[in-house]
Amino acid sequence: MSAPARALDVLARTVAPLVLAILGSAVVLLALGANPWAFYADVLRFSLTGEGWQQTLTAMAPLLLISLGLIVSFRAQLWNLGYGGTYLLSAAVVAGVAPAVFAFLPYGAATLLLLVLAAGVGLILALIPASLKAWFGTNEVITSLMTSFVAASLANLLVKGPFQDPSVSVPQTRVLDLEFMLAYVPGTRVHLGVVLAFALVILMHVMLTRSSFGTRIDVLGLNPRAAAHAGIHVPRMTVAVFVVSGALIGLAGAIDMLGLWGYMRTDWNPGYGDKILPFVFLARLNPLGSVPLVGVYAVLATGGTLAAQRAGISVDLLTLLVALVLFFMVIVEYLAARHSVGRSYLPRGIFKAVRA
Amino acid sequence: MTAPEIALHLRGIEKRFGAVQANAGIDLDVRPGEIHCLLGENGAGKSTLISMLAGQQRPDAGEIVVGGRTVRFTSPTDSRRARIGVVFQHSMLIPTMTVHENMLLAAMPGVRLHRQAAEDRLTELSSVFGEPINPARLVAELSLGERQQLELVRALWAEPRILVLDEPTSMLTPAGAAALFQRLQDLAKTGVAVILVTHKIDEALALGDRITVLRSGEVAARFGPSELAEVPPAELRPRILDRMFGGTAPKRASGPPPRPFEDRAPGRPLLALERVSSSDRHGGMPIFDVSLQVHAGEVVGVAGIDGHGQLALAEAIAGSRGIAGGRVIFDGRDVGGMPIRRKQRLGLRYVTDDRLGEGIVGQLSVALNLLLKRIGQPPFWRFGRMNRAEVEHEAQELIRRFDIRTPSARAPAGHLSGGNVQKILLARELAHDARLVVLNKPSYGLDAATVSRVHGEVRRFVSRGGACLMLSTDLDELLEIADRIAVLAQGRIVGWVLARSSDAAARVSELMTAGGQQ
Repeated sequence: MSAPARALDVLARTVAPLVLAILGSAVVLLALGANPWAFYADVLRFSLTGEGWQQTLTAMAPLLLISLGLIVSFRAQLWNLGYGGTYLLSAAVVAGVAPAVFAFLPYGAATLLLLVLAAGVGLILALIPASLKAWFGTNEVITSLMTSFVAASLANLLVKGPFQDPSVSVPQTRVLDLEFMLAYVPGTRVHLGVVLAFALVILMHVMLTRSSFGTRIDVLGLNPRAAAHAGIHVPRMTVAVFVVSGALIGLAGAIDMLGLWGYMRTDWNPGYGDKILPFVFLARLNPLGSVPLVGVYAVLATGGTLAAQRAGISVDLLTLLVALVLFFMVIVEYLAARHSVGRSYLPRGIFKAVRA
Repeated sequence: MTAPEIALHLRGIEKRFGAVQANAGIDLDVRPGEIHCLLGENGAGKSTLISMLAGQQRPDAGEIVVGGRTVRFTSPTDSRRARIGVVFQHSMLIPTMTVHENMLLAAMPGVRLHRQAAEDRLTELSSVFGEPINPARLVAELSLGERQQLELVRALWAEPRILVLDEPTSMLTPAGAAALFQRLQDLAKTGVAVILVTHKIDEALALGDRITVLRSGEVAARFGPSELAEVPPAELRPRILDRMFGGTAPKRASGPPPRPFEDRAPGRPLLALERVSSSDRHGGMPIFDVSLQVHAGEVVGVAGIDGHGQLALAEAIAGSRGIAGGRVIFDGRDVGGMPIRRKQRLGLRYVTDDRLGEGIVGQLSVALNLLLKRIGQPPFWRFGRMNRAEVEHEAQELIRRFDIRTPSARAPAGHLSGGNVQKILLARELAHDARLVVLNKPSYGLDAATVSRVHGEVRRFVSRGGACLMLSTDLDELLEIADRIAVLAQGRIVGWVLARSSDAAARVSELMTAGGQQ
């Protein structure tokens, strides 16, 4: 694409739905009797100034890791929708066993073990839809969703059962001592998990765009028959993609527990994946491209929560905003496709995948 | 008599894809009741023009006037409403649906589906072009020939006033093509304007009331009815060829002529099939009990009517199809259950007939498509990291050697014309350490220049000690290139013919039909 065409593409396809959604939310704010100017000013103030930017960066860590997991699988046009349960189960396992692990192992080894454990939980969960898809051709949209429900229930069961802290009446895991949490970047309150998330974004970007593995993923996604014809072992590749995707999402659970929360309650669900999903498509499945978009969401999420409280309106406004982003993406997709502006959000095979 | 009205009037049609100017100001008038042939080599802009008539693309500039009314198609439905029926070269049917459902989709006049009426119409229309097709069958199970028959039925469904056909005979038997031409002439007599897009001059001369020659997206010449009636075809032919290729008319296939059959050392065959049967898991006609041998330096042809097991044979040797019985021996090794990647490394290559669906990844660059089967291999990838300079260099080299016409090595392969896509496949399979290549319908849908180019490459490959198994529905092609021809019917080899024997054509035809009646 030429430079002007690319600029138009970004403007029409990426920026436009965001701006429209923000304007749309402003209308809703007006209807609720709030001042949209003041609200959005608050959003920016709380999320970027003072210590807000540190909070925003911290919020970005799990979002980035989950979006990476989605990007890897979506690029292969494998629709791993098990992110919800994967995140929760990994988080529950890490929160549940962390106190014991830290009691037996030195800090560094324990942290590493917990990160690997979380990635392992994600990996094993991903193996279920992956193997069914690879060897029996079962539609992964359905199996990964079903796996996700089971995993989420299992997470609850663990928190209410073996991992429950007996000293508190609310069902939750033991709260991790502050000294065992992930260390902060010196001089800030941004934990090292954030650094790890950004490092993984760069690593995955290089892997997806420069390596033979990334090329194989693209070939598999764009034309699975050509992939088989070219000698790519499609079942093996399918499993590999799912495993990487699951491990990254699992890692998000560990980083969030060890870096931010320190414990997990039953029926707690931040629903990261559902909120980040439209932004992954806005970024056209490009890891680096997802950073600013995840950043925008993080700004709205951290600043928006506080701003909503101050304005005395429901925090659900955020969900509305995400919904509006999706809504305007649909409209932009329709109009831009008719007038041949930019590239579609959706890889070509998506309809096939949903129908199969 | 009043001047005939114009059924379709195109003025200054332009369409550009990235760096490729597919149509550069095309004017065209088509009258009711005439057969108007659009002639041009691959990449001349014929398919682009059709996709705009079909409402799939919109012209960048220019005007389409149907029956005196200027139209702007925003979807194929608009085109159908304007009573334009289009038969595409590449199937537009939905493989996972039945024949019946596909017809309902194409024909849907309203909300309600008229199942019985659709079934009757299907039987009525399909029997015109050959055997009626069972409406309950899945399209995926049909042979390419049957699919094309179905495409015709679909185009005629709504009784179009303008019927457009893109290379309709490329998958038909000669008898099927003759029947189609008869039917087209009948249709024209009822006042339908027929636009026949072809690269075969003889078809155009035999059938066309008018001929328009396209070259590089422009109209290169027009021949009207008086000219076509008065000038003898032998005189017109070279003139048309000249306009099509602009003075670079194709010569006979280059490369050394094939050596006579007896010259060849009998020796150990490079490829031997011993009573191979394919599994029928993939659908389509499987093969039964097929035995054949291919030696280095030889082209073995496989003739047969389309859908008689060609795909199963090709895939059992080189592709991913499982073998139910028998052995496939390549260079003394049983390669029956071997993964495709290892077969490729041994030098066993396959040029698929489904070039767009399986051969290339349309959205990826020409360069990556040329190296599609060497992803991860040095020197193009080192430690998993792509070396762009090496990839680019190799791609440039192959583009030059195989004369692939592309704006650049980075252009998406899907933007190239059919002939150039085929050159990509040939370059990929033949260029490095190939020992035996299986070619499935290598010249289907290609123009004369590209076909001769393809044949030249095959000859060159074989003369340097390569071996080739060529499956084709075009008997002339096999007679020209192959040394021996096996005839495939109903999934079995029903006989062998020496290609250079004087009565080869007759004997192959005889075997084809005799075998088919079993």
